[in-house]
Order: sequence, then structure tokens, then C-alpha cells
Amino acid sequence: MKYTFSFLAVIALVLIAWLGSQIPGMQYLFGVAIPYLAIMIFLGGFVYRVVQWAKSPVPFSIPTTCGQGASLDFIKQDKLDCPTKTSEVVARMFLEIVTFRSLFRNTKSELHEGPKITYESSKWLWLFALIFHYSFLVVVIRHMRLFLNPVPAWLEFLDFLDAGAALQVGAPLLYATDLALVLGVVLLFGRRLVNRQVRYISLANDYFPLFLIFGIATTGILMRYFLRTNIDIISIKELLVGLVTFSPVFAAKIGSIFYIHLFLVSTLLIYFPFSKLMHLGGVFMSPTRNMANNSRAKRHINPWNDPTIKPHSYAGYEDEFREFMVDAGIPVEKELPPQKDE
Amino acid sequence: MALAKLEQLSKSVVQGPSLATGAVPTKDWMETPAIFKEGNFAYPAKKEKVEYLNSQAGLEFPNARIWSPDEDDWKLPENWQEIILNGLKERLGKFRSLKIFMDCCVRCGACADKCHFFLGTGDPKNMPVLRAELLRSIYRNDFTLAGKLFGKMAGAREMTVGVLKEWFMYSYQCTECRRCSVFCPYGIDTAEVTMMLRELLHLVGVGINWILEPASNSNRTGNHMGLQPHTFKDNVDFLAEDLETLTGVKINHSFNRKGAEVLFITPSADVFAEPGLYTAMGYLALFEQIGLDYTWSTYASEGGNFGLFTSNELMKKLNAKMYAEAKRLGVKYIIGGECGHMWRVIHQYMDTMNGPADFLEVPKSPLTGTVFNNAASTKMVHISEFTADLIRHGKIKLDPSRNSHVLPTYHDSCNPARAMGLMDEPRYILDHVVPKWVEMPENTIREQTFCCGSGTGLNTDEIMELRMRAGLPRANAVKHVIDKHDVNMLSCVCAIDRATLTSLMNYWNPGCGVCGLSELVGNALVMDNEKRAMGYDAEGNETELPEGFRTMV
Ligand code: SF4
Ligand code: SF4
Repeated sequence: MKYTFSFLAVIALVLIAWLGSQIPGMQYLFGVAIPYLAIMIFLGGFVYRVVQWAKSPVPFSIPTTCGQGASLDFIKQDKLDCPTKTSEVVARMFLEIVTFRSLFRNTKSELHEGPKITYESSKWLWLFALIFHYSFLVVVIRHMRLFLNPVPAWLEFLDFLDAGAALQVGAPLLYATDLALVLGVVLLFGRRLVNRQVRYISLANDYFPLFLIFGIATTGILMRYFLRTNIDIISIKELLVGLVTFSPVFAAKIGSIFYIHLFLVSTLLIYFPFSKLMHLGGVFMSPTRNMANNSRAKRHINPWNDPTIKPHSYAGYEDEFREFMVDAGIPVEKELPPQKDE
Repeated sequence: MALAKLEQLSKSVVQGPSLATGAVPTKDWMETPAIFKEGNFAYPAKKEKVEYLNSQAGLEFPNARIWSPDEDDWKLPENWQEIILNGLKERLGKFRSLKIFMDCCVRCGACADKCHFFLGTGDPKNMPVLRAELLRSIYRNDFTLAGKLFGKMAGAREMTVGVLKEWFMYSYQCTECRRCSVFCPYGIDTAEVTMMLRELLHLVGVGINWILEPASNSNRTGNHMGLQPHTFKDNVDFLAEDLETLTGVKINHSFNRKGAEVLFITPSADVFAEPGLYTAMGYLALFEQIGLDYTWSTYASEGGNFGLFTSNELMKKLNAKMYAEAKRLGVKYIIGGECGHMWRVIHQYMDTMNGPADFLEVPKSPLTGTVFNNAASTKMVHISEFTADLIRHGKIKLDPSRNSHVLPTYHDSCNPARAMGLMDEPRYILDHVVPKWVEMPENTIREQTFCCGSGTGLNTDEIMELRMRAGLPRANAVKHVIDKHDVNMLSCVCAIDRATLTSLMNYWNPGCGVCGLSELVGNALVMDNEKRAMGYDAEGNETELPEGFRTMV
């Protein structure tokens, strides 16, 4: 099974970090060197990939139109799904990226006796994807408190909201997004197994990031809620603030669970630019979504358009068919030559 | 191969072992080879057609030969693998779409059951995502770090003859309809992938005759049908005569006339075979009635462009005739007839490839004064835009009751819907030319419309079962409105549809006709000095043109 391999890979990563971080002196590797390397690879790789995409031109204007285009003044244009102006394209992209609009359209088709095909709205993927991506986003943002000293007020507020602090007593406060992230991963994984089509197309590299993120989330949760005594929040914060200010201070007493968590995050960062996770960047650059449908009103330029490709010329055409054309009374450019004896 | 009986196929699509109906194949798709047998492939291009195209300036169609997909040896060039990989590399550098689409798919499966080929065949490789994976797996292997490091584990595989055969099979089981692209969260358009696959295959001489023969005809004679100038003229003349018999109005039309205001170009199929002929009669009647100063061209006598289904170079070369002829004749702008893929080329490619058309003027309707700013640069207007504008301004008199013999529904052709956004002009026209019409279910129209199943040059008889399967989702939606509303006519604005939907209806929904929208316009049009012929309606009463232009007189 394809997911077995991915699962084992993540287990191996956990073991490496767990065992590795116990070896004296290796904390520096896991706590400083690898995270730095990971960040560098992530940033460098991400930029590299985007630049590589940008290097290839968009030769033709190929938006996928999903609504009525702008034409006559009494025909109502669907500005979101068939944009002509930049502002409309921006709106289309914004809703696509922020609300996953295309997934919202999703349908499920079924074949019945008859034959009869039915289509019904299917919003599960949309819902799962929203839960997953948004909780991931909030979790990432929340983590900034660990890097910033002092913690800005807006971040405190986000924290407050996420924990629904008003409703909870005791510490540590439970974050809604912690649960949602795990839930999101589990739902997406479940869908990969249950939906027969998706199961058939899934590759090891579709399961791997799910397991990896699951590992990251669970180690994070363990650290925060269950293994808290092992963890010295102050030392972690010192280390992380040190990392971002490029002056890592090293506190030796941090527990392994932290190193496992950090190592998995580092792996994710390293893996990111080389994988399908680059859809984060690609979604902004997809020509079928980010172009205006105005190619008849405004000329789109293809930098490699080949001016030497010419039509089969009219002259050549007339030369071949002149006799027939004259016979049929079709106007010609050159009259027939005077009759010669053969 | 004989086409399966309706009952057989009806059972087979629902009960046959397929991923669409619930059976999960036991073997991984990479382990499942493409097997060709009579009936599941379109015939390869004839040697002389390939040779002809290869001899044309700006085109490369190497490796002309006699071969067949069901033979083991495809007679590929010695270094075919190198050619393919270099070709892929070149295209990655030329098309950002290709790179993004190769890199960003997350295999979420949203596109999986959106493809009519998948719904009709249940073949997993007809899920758009897998169709793209056929290429993506090669891309990973040779162009990505992950693929190089982890190979098969990362979904990579080596380019082999087996893979090439698979490409051939599945890039000709995709009609480049873009329906998958509507549902993909990144807009991944498998049609783009199919185009690339087809281009790559042509590099090693793998192509089908039903595309390359019309394409070479179009290059030489000006149209896919291969009609030479006098024949093309004869065909139109016949239609004009028929029209005169039917309406009593003499039709004045011209060919290759310099100084006309408008050049009119439509797919040659419209002047070649039923039911397109009636659509062409509709154009003739409309232009006659409004007194449009226009000309047909025998040199640019093809609206369609099978180059779109072949390579961007061939598309450009064939398309270039339109502007060349407009320039030679000195017209002001061009009106284009009803056709799907033709309009994708005009709307999304023409100006880029063969513009700027600065020798033309921004189209302006001589009757209403409407300036078509949406075509300000290409200078080419769609007949439905032109007609809708006439109706809006009350410039033509229409009597919908003249169409009371039909109760149509409307099929959005893939390209006008998803590569142009032409959806409501035809509907506006329908509202005014028939007493009543109905929509098909919402998941099967507009941007979610289903392909006829035979687009992109797959309209060939040897793959009839495949076409009937692929057309099933469309046919099924039509059946729904037949059962519910007694629909008896499927109207559309596409010449390929007029041919393919006719076969499709005859198979799945016998009794339902197919027509172009302009036929209905022509039927309803009240012409000056008309004297309409009499015929017998279904009840045997003698009335004026009881079946419109289809009336036998
Ligand atoms: S919908 Fe898009 S991202 Fe999802 S599997 Fe299909 S092509 Fe890939
Ligand atoms: S473009 Fe159309 S035919 Fe091709 S894969 Fe997508 S849905 Fe299927």
C-alpha cells in the first residue's frame, strides 16, 4: 500500500529526531542547524520554483470562462466567473484562494440503471479543505508568539479567540484550531481511502504530507497539553527568539518531544518546494484562472510567436484552381493565360 | 466493428466493471497497459497526408509511414525517446500552463467524475487527473528532483513505448472540452495537457487521419471538406436556390468579392451536409433580409480549425487565412458562423497568433450602429452576437410561431461556454425565435455543459461506440427534457455538434433532431416580398413551410 511507505517514512523521521536529540551535543543539530537549513531550503526553493514558473511565458490567453462574458450591453456579464477587467480578475482569484470557490461547485455523479446519470452537489472536499487549510493557517500564525518578544496585542487577541478563553477555565487553554487541524488531516486522509476514485489516483507523495502534518500536529498537542512538565516553555522561547534574531542561545533542558516536533516541521519545510505543496504558489499563477477574458478586445502577446508561419498563400491557391474559378465566375487576381495549343 | 445495440451498451455503461460504477481495478494504473483493438482507436493518418503537411512551410510532420496502432511495432524513429523528452523540455519552456499544471495537482479528485469519457467508459485513465498523470509521471522522472531521487515512489516512471501508446490512446479520448478545469481548485485544464500530448506524438509521426486529412484539405483547398472553389460555390448556390424555392425571395450572395463590408466565414460542414445546410440557409436568409454587404470566400472557406487539435503551428497556419483574405478583399470586419472550436481559436488565439488586424475596423453593425467593443482588436463578431443585437433593436421581424413544429432545448458547446463565455446571446435569440424552449438540468448546461463526445476530431466512425459512450452524459440530459417536456429538437451553435449530436441522438434518443440556432432564426424570419412555399404538416394539413427550411417541396 502506498500509504504504508509514507507512514513508515514519518515514523522513521520521528525516531531519528527522538534518538538523535538524546545524543549529547546533537541538540544543536536538531535545534539550530537543521531548522536554519530547512528555512533556507524552504525560502530558496519556493522562490526558485516560482521564478522557474515565471520564466515560461503565457503564450495564449486561456482563461476558463465559467459564466457569461462581456459582450452586448443588454447581456449581463458574470463579472466574477468571466472577468474582463483586472479588478474582476482579482476578485475571482481572491474568492478562489480564500473560499476555494471551484471546490464549492463540486458535484458527485452516479450512474443508474436506464442508463441515467445524476449529479448532486458534493461539498465534502470543500469543507474538509477549508477546515484543514484555515486551522493550519491560524496555528502557524499563533506560533509567531513563540518568536516575538513582546507578543503583539493582535496575536494575543487571536490566541484569545482561538482558545475561546472566555469559555474555558484552567490551563493550558485548549485551542480550537489544534483540534480542527487534526480533524482536517484525518478527514482528508479518510477521504483518500474512502472515495474509490481518489484512492485509486493517490500516490505515496499524497499520503506523506498528510502523515507528516498529522505528526506535527500531534507532537505539538502532546507537548502543549500532555507532556508539558518536560517542556520548558521559557527555554523553547529563548531558543526560538534566538533563532530568529540569529543569535541562538542554547538551553539544554528541552525535552525530546520538542525536537521531534521541530524536526518534522523542518522536514515539511524542506519537502515543500519539491512537492505538490507548491500549489500554494501555483494557485496564484494558473493561467486559466488569473487571466481576463478579453482576448478579442485586447491583443495578448506571445513572445515566441513565429512570424514566419504564413498561410498557404492566396496566390498559390489561385494558381492551383484558377481555371475552375474562372469557369465558375469567381473573381480572380490573374486572368487565365491565353489558350495555347498543346 | 459493429456498434453495440442500445440495450447492450445501456447495460454495459451501468454494470460493466468500471471505476465510474464502483469497481476498483485491482491493478495499479501504471501496471495496466493500453491495448489497441479494432474499434477503440481512430485510424492513423495516411502517409500522403502527413507527407503533404510536412512539405508545407512552417510545419513539421516527420515520420510519414504506413502503420497501425494495433500492431506491436509503431515504426517509431530510432531516437524517439530523445525526441519526446526534448519536445517536452521545449514545451515546458514555452507554456507556463504546462509547468504549473504538472507541478500543482494535489490529486484531490475533484475533476475525476467530471469528464464525459470517464462517465461513459469508466476507464480510470479517463479521469482527467490520471490523463494528466500519464504525462506528469514522465515529467517527474526527467524534470523534477523528487522524481529523480525517489522514482516510482514519487509517482515517476520512465518513458517507454508502452507509455507512448498510452498517450496516444488517452489523448484521443479527450475532447479538450475543459469541463475538468471548471472544477479544479487550481484551474488545471487537462485540455492543455492533451494538446501537449498530441503535439509530442506528432513529433514522432503519431497522429490520426480524421484530423490530419481535414487539416491538409483546409490548407490546400481552404476548407476541411476539401471542397474546391467551384464546388464550394456550387454548394452555396444550391442552398440559395433552395431558399428561393422555399421563401420566394431571391438570394443575392457573392464570393471573393473585393470591397464588401463584411467577410463571412463559417465551418464548411455547414454547406456540405444536413443538418448544417439548414443553418447555412439561415445565414443566407438573414443576410439577404437585412441587406448586408458581405461576401463568402472560397479561399478562407473554413471557420473550423483542426490545427487546434494538432499543434499550435498548424493552428496558426490554417487560421492565418482569415486575416489574409480579409486584407486581400479589403473588407471592414469579419462575421463568423456558428462553431465551437472555431470560436475558441478566434477568441483566444487568433489575434495573438496572426494579429494585429490593424487593416480592419472595429466591427459596427450597419443596421443598429452597435459597435462591438468586445471584438475591438480581433475585428471578428460571432453570428449570435450580431443577430441578438439585431433582435434587440427590432431590426428584423420574427414570427416564432413559424417554429411551432419544434420544442427545442439548447446545448452549450464546450468552447463557446468555457473558452469564450458565449452563453446568453444564443438564449436571447431562442427566446425570440421559438414559441417555447426548455433548459436541460443545471449541471449539464452553461459552464458545466457536457461535450457531444466527439469533438477535437474524434468524429470518426471507427470509434463509434466510444463516441456514444462519451456522449452519454449529454444524451442523458437531453433525454431528461424529452421525457419531461416533450423536447424534439436539440439546438446548438456548433458545426461539429450538428454532425455528432445527430449520431448521438439517433443512437440514444431517436426522434430528437439537431439544428443550428441560425436555422431557427431563418425559419422565424419574416422576409420582405416573401412567398412561402406550402407543405403538409404532421396532421396532413397544407400550410406554409410546416417544417421551416426542412419542408420538402
Ligand atoms: S481537480 Fe485539479 S488538483 Fe484535483 S485532482 Fe483534478 S487536476 Fe488535480
Ligand atoms: S478536457 Fe474534457 S475530455 Fe479532456 S479530460 Fe477534461 S473533461 Fe475530459
